[in-house]
Amino acid sequence: MKFGILVNEGPYTHQASDSAYYFAAAALRAGHEIVRVFFYHDGVNNGTRLGVPPQDDRNISARWAELAKDNDVELILCVAAAQRRGMLDADEARRAGKDADNMAPGFQISGLGQLIDAGIQADRLIVFGD
Amino acid sequence: MASKRFLYINRKAPHGTVYALESLEVVLIGAAFEQDVSLAFIDDGVYQLMRNQDTTAIGSKNFSPTYKALGDYDVSKIYVEQESLETRGLSKDDLMPLTYEDEDDDWAEKDSIHIVSGAELAEIIEQQDVILNF
Repeated sequence: MKFGILVNEGPYTHQASDSAYYFAAAALRAGHEIVRVFFYHDGVNNGTRLGVPPQDDRNISARWAELAKDNDVELILCVAAAQRRGMLDADEARRAGKDADNMAPGFQISGLGQLIDAGIQADRLIVFGD
Repeated sequence: MASKRFLYINRKAPHGTVYALESLEVVLIGAAFEQDVSLAFIDDGVYQLMRNQDTTAIGSKNFSPTYKALGDYDVSKIYVEQESLETRGLSKDDLMPLTYEDEDDDWAEKDSIHIVSGAELAEIIEQQDVILNF
């Protein structure tokens, strides 16, 4: 089955991102396809590469990036939600005249159309949120 | 590309969290994809459609006039749960009028808002392909 995944909450405060990760990993293990993981609302904060969680805790951003790399899964941050919250890749940072970017490898910035497209392409779109 | 039935379920008050505003942004972007779109408002989500909203005192953007543009985006199926209104002491008269022009009926202006019971809404949910909960 083809799954699309929407993550609406940031890392560590809510379980949504953890649950979405475990769901995605389990689906891939079972031979299903993940069309796309789309991060919206505070979910865009999952894409930071500057998080420094304690060593005995999970690294949520790195874990997503690894899953994406190993399985060729798209991790997309909504551009409008990301800009509001200061999640910038190098291009966006330059365009906005900011002195730094903070996006983790494996994540990309794109538009909300990618969420609608995931809904169209996938057999099931699963929403993880509050 | 075959069209799918998209339902956006709005469950939160318009202010206090960003969910309502960012949900509306998805609806407007999604309208360009020519899918079959419905909106549902339940729980505190019914407050999103209150008429005469004024956000001056809280300093956040009053985006409520944007709902009136939904008809122009071919979003004309807006379901508001009766029980959620009643629980909050509200009725349809407290909501802003939302209309669309029906191209199959000589562009007659029609009401987009349908007040439905929770049971009716459950049937509507059952008919959807994609449900986005905000």
